[in-house]
Amino acid sequence: MYGWMFRHLPGPLWMRIVLSVLLLAAAVVLLAQFVFPWLEQFTPLTDSTIGAAHIP
Amino acid sequence: MAHASGPSSVPPGSPAPRRGRVLRTVIQVLGELLVTAGVVLLLFVAWQLWWTNVQANDRHEQVVQGLADTFDGGSRGGPARSQAEPEGLLSDSGPPPVTEAAGPQEPFGIMYVPRFGEDYMRPLISGVGPQVLDKLGLGHYPETAMPGAVGNFAIAGHRQTHGKVLDEIHTLVPGDKLYVQTAAGYYTYVFRNKQIVLPHRSDVLLPVPTRPGAESQERIMTMTSCNPRFGDEERIIAYSVFESWRPLAAGPPPAIESQVEAAGK
Repeated sequence: MYGWMFRHLPGPLWMRIVLSVLLLAAAVVLLAQFVFPWLEQFTPLTDSTIGAAHIP
Repeated sequence: MAHASGPSSVPPGSPAPRRGRVLRTVIQVLGELLVTAGVVLLLFVAWQLWWTNVQANDRHEQVVQGLADTFDGGSRGGPARSQAEPEGLLSDSGPPPVTEAAGPQEPFGIMYVPRFGEDYMRPLISGVGPQVLDKLGLGHYPETAMPGAVGNFAIAGHRQTHGKVLDEIHTLVPGDKLYVQTAAGYYTYVFRNKQIVLPHRSDVLLPVPTRPGAESQERIMTMTSCNPRFGDEERIIAYSVFESWRPLAAGPPPAIESQVEAAGK
């Protein structure tokens, strides 16, 4: 899959390497900005309040 | 005859390699997806346990600095008058002033705890929602008392992630001093004891913690955080008792002088 993607990126080898790194960085940024904050509500580390003020 | 059997064996044989190729591709894509999922999960762990702290520490610093600026502005009117007053009147003179409750998600104070580190200072924000605890600092249970008031001044903070503001809560030793700075002055609390309870025990937030109906006479500060350190099955509670206060104009208590100076920078 990744091999196929790499082969279908445009340009010479160096450009394809640069593009791959950029795509990878974009994926990490998307994950950290949107996916992880949403995913966090399901992890048990973050609940520090008590009683009626309980936040899931 | 033997020669003819060669070509005749090719047509039945050709779909088999193609099926094999498709199967190989499917397995390869599946494998790459699984490896990707593993890497993403590791990234998530790093994001939660490390990156959220970096982000939160940064924001807390900004909020503390903003607060320090407003406190500075507020006390600037005071020094001339306060210098005229005898030193004895400046510290611990009568019951402490109590500031008005802050609006939702509004910062109203700075917490200094030397036991948590020389440079420990965290903003105090009204509210205990994720918006406050994940982003702004220590959260004040809005239905509880303000610092210095008779009753229970209760706050919550993360043990891990998002700045892990109360990570060291278990290291408090009875007698440790905790300092709260608001627009009205510096309040010194002395750590008394800790307790580990189940998450539903909201009675630790009562004016007299865990004593419903009791008439409150003391000024208590209650801190809640999750317990164990990397879980939320329980809550760790730390109780402190009010000791003394001094107006902003009198300057910070000697023990936190350098921190207060650093907060304004």
